[in-house]
Amino acid sequence: MMSEKVTHIEEHRDDAASKLGMWLFIFTELLLFGGLFLVYSIYRAQYPANFHEASLELSVTIGAVNTIVLLFSSMTIAMALTAMQKNNKKLALRLILVTLLMALVFLVNKYFEWGAKFHHGLYPGSDLMALLERGHLLYFSLYFFMTGLHAFHIIVGMILLIVVYFKVKNGSIHFEKYFLLENGALYWHLVDLIWIFLFPLMYLIT
Amino acid sequence: MSNNSSHITEYKVLGRILLILMFFTFATISVTSFNLASFTVTVALLIAGIKGYFVLSYFMHLKYENLLLRILVGMIFVLFALIVLITFIDYSYR
Amino acid sequence: MSNEVNKIEYVSYLEHQGRFKGLKSWIFATDHKRIALLYMYAIAAFFFIGALLGLLMRFELIAPGETIMKAQTYNGLFTVHGVIMIFMVVIPGLSAVFGNFFLPILIGAKDVAFPRLNLFSWWIFVFGSVLAVASQFLKSGPPDTGWTFYAPYSTTTGTSVIIATTAAFILGFSSILTGLNFLVTVHQMRAPGMKFFNMPLFPWAIYATAWIQLLATPIVGITLLMLIAERLFGIGFFDPNLGGDPVLFQHLFWIYSHPAVYIMILPAMGVITEIVPTFCQRKVYGYKAIALSSLAIAGVGFLVWGHHMYTSGMSENARWFFSLLTFIVAVPSAIKVFNWISTMYKGSIDLKPPFLFALAFIFLFIIGGTTGLILGSVATNIQVHDTSFIVAHFHYIIFGGMGFAFFAAIHYWLPKMYGRLYNFRRANIACIIMFIGFNTLYFPQFVIGIQGMPRRYFDYLPQFQTGHMISTIGGVILIFGLFYMLINLIKGARKGPKAPANPWNGSTLEWQIPSPPSLENFDEPFEVKANPYDYK
Repeated sequence: MMSEKVTHIEEHRDDAASKLGMWLFIFTELLLFGGLFLVYSIYRAQYPANFHEASLELSVTIGAVNTIVLLFSSMTIAMALTAMQKNNKKLALRLILVTLLMALVFLVNKYFEWGAKFHHGLYPGSDLMALLERGHLLYFSLYFFMTGLHAFHIIVGMILLIVVYFKVKNGSIHFEKYFLLENGALYWHLVDLIWIFLFPLMYLIT
Repeated sequence: MSNNSSHITEYKVLGRILLILMFFTFATISVTSFNLASFTVTVALLIAGIKGYFVLSYFMHLKYENLLLRILVGMIFVLFALIVLITFIDYSYR
Repeated sequence: MSNEVNKIEYVSYLEHQGRFKGLKSWIFATDHKRIALLYMYAIAAFFFIGALLGLLMRFELIAPGETIMKAQTYNGLFTVHGVIMIFMVVIPGLSAVFGNFFLPILIGAKDVAFPRLNLFSWWIFVFGSVLAVASQFLKSGPPDTGWTFYAPYSTTTGTSVIIATTAAFILGFSSILTGLNFLVTVHQMRAPGMKFFNMPLFPWAIYATAWIQLLATPIVGITLLMLIAERLFGIGFFDPNLGGDPVLFQHLFWIYSHPAVYIMILPAMGVITEIVPTFCQRKVYGYKAIALSSLAIAGVGFLVWGHHMYTSGMSENARWFFSLLTFIVAVPSAIKVFNWISTMYKGSIDLKPPFLFALAFIFLFIIGGTTGLILGSVATNIQVHDTSFIVAHFHYIIFGGMGFAFFAAIHYWLPKMYGRLYNFRRANIACIIMFIGFNTLYFPQFVIGIQGMPRRYFDYLPQFQTGHMISTIGGVILIFGLFYMLINLIKGARKGPKAPANPWNGSTLEWQIPSPPSLENFDEPFEVKANPYDYK
């Protein structure tokens, strides 16, 4: 009792609490994207034909590759956690690196995909966009906003994982105290989860 | 610490989940290449839902979490579905 | 760290010497009690700014035509008044101040689950508030959209809407983090032996509120982001010229902002539920009904947003549906009112200031609640939509409800927070002055609203002048009462007589520890009761 009065609660640590906190944060992220999916569903219901035509502009191949890339990275980060739990630090570090690499591949892909659109004069506020039909315009607005926000989350997730990587390396995350890795992984899965819904809704419209 | 009791998912299981997810990805691409009219969205969302289920339960370890958390996650999706549904009460009858 | 002293020496959290000294020991404090006071000082400052802006509007409306300001200034004023009062005062209000201070104590914890995140939320709150205030002074002029930022006007007006919406977004982030912190605290930090149904009812209310903060705020976050993107990049979501749908903005906005009303009022109900049993010395009537009705309000409250949009061109089916749900959500609120009144029945009532404020709350809340039903029904709503009837209803709920509950809470808990007592007689006088001022201010607005006085208008027909005149007089009385109360409280907190640990003979956990509490709240063993309101 006595020593607790001197050392402040800052050192206090509760793994279950921080995991619950992460899940609650994930809920807010889901609802953040949920608002966009709501807007998407309303406009798609209003302009189904336009959405189909506009979606043909996207390459299903690039979308599918990116889906596989993200799914794979999701597995590797889950494996990194398993490795940490089994006290295999080396493997965990490697798997985090693979995850980061995959994230980079995803972003590069995205860069080329967006770049091609920009090259054709398709970007928010462009002259071409102003000439489009309403449904097409809404589709591309949503496309840029949703994939843009998702890409932003990828970047945030990468930063988190980089922090986690160094913490594993210097030993502040170890096999008895790994909730930071666990939370980083949860965040990464969330990014994957959102893409699972974005992919069919953006690329596969008939 | 509470971590000691938490579940460890084997590499093999994770690998298998990835295969399942990839299978469904190809499935959704091939299914939506046929024109099933209004069913396409339903099928695409259904498959995405199944994929989401696997990510949530195995990658995110939800299957091994306590009941409360599992219920909460379910409630989030129910809440979102209700909000979408109610908004459509407006848009479908305008 | 040595173990030579066996007895724990009592040092109150106000005097505790931590890592920092002076001002730094406050603005970098991770102690939930200090953070609560930080919030309180900031919120009180914003409240008085907002109230003075409101008073300026009242003076403008004292006579038809231009009285003391230009029309555009008036547009800026009601927007600023709304933004400050909603996002910086009433939404954080009770949960950030009294939730922070008393939630951990009432559940027997020594702090919230994430103390540093708690401090971080306060800093975000301050940052957002500075932005919101700054938006008023930029060259492009204060935003003139009203606090609702309705599209398409908000996407086209030349005023500094982007800064204001960014501020609202940041303030929302702070609200989310506070909610998250409280949820984890309630789930993980309850004292051994305290189950959910052994918790006092204020934590229950804060818990339900935290769920709304967590789940509803992201929706307005994304809506404001879309609005910002629309202004910055011309991404058309809401402006019909860019292909969008303005009614969709209203949907998204109210999906958050209706539940936000419950973020404001649920903790207020929680405060009243603490005060009523203490001053009646009676077990609270229907403990479980009150606890669960908080959750019911939080749940159903998510699904009634459309009753703000009856005149927006929404479909007929949606209108009756939202109307039905609105009447359903009134039920759990009514349950609470019945329970408070039943608790008083045959109680030994002690008319001290906190209880007087609580009675004022119940009276004003009943008026606000029942006029809410007039608005919830489609036919009558269309008659009074966008009139001062709405303004009156809203202020009865938010000021009469949340505001008076805040005053009740500060009079109830000030002895615990500062360890000193204020002058009871002056507090009672302040309460009566404010009660009279409040009703004189807002009741006439019901009347002229039904007669057709539109809201947010700077000018009006001469027939409404009597009503506006009475209303303005009420505003002056109210402001006078506010300052009278404030001075009494400050005097009490600084120089009042020392308060005992349990001045009201309360039975919840905060009264078992010294006033003011020590850094970690519970230095000595304490008793967790099966029923927190254990009166004979």
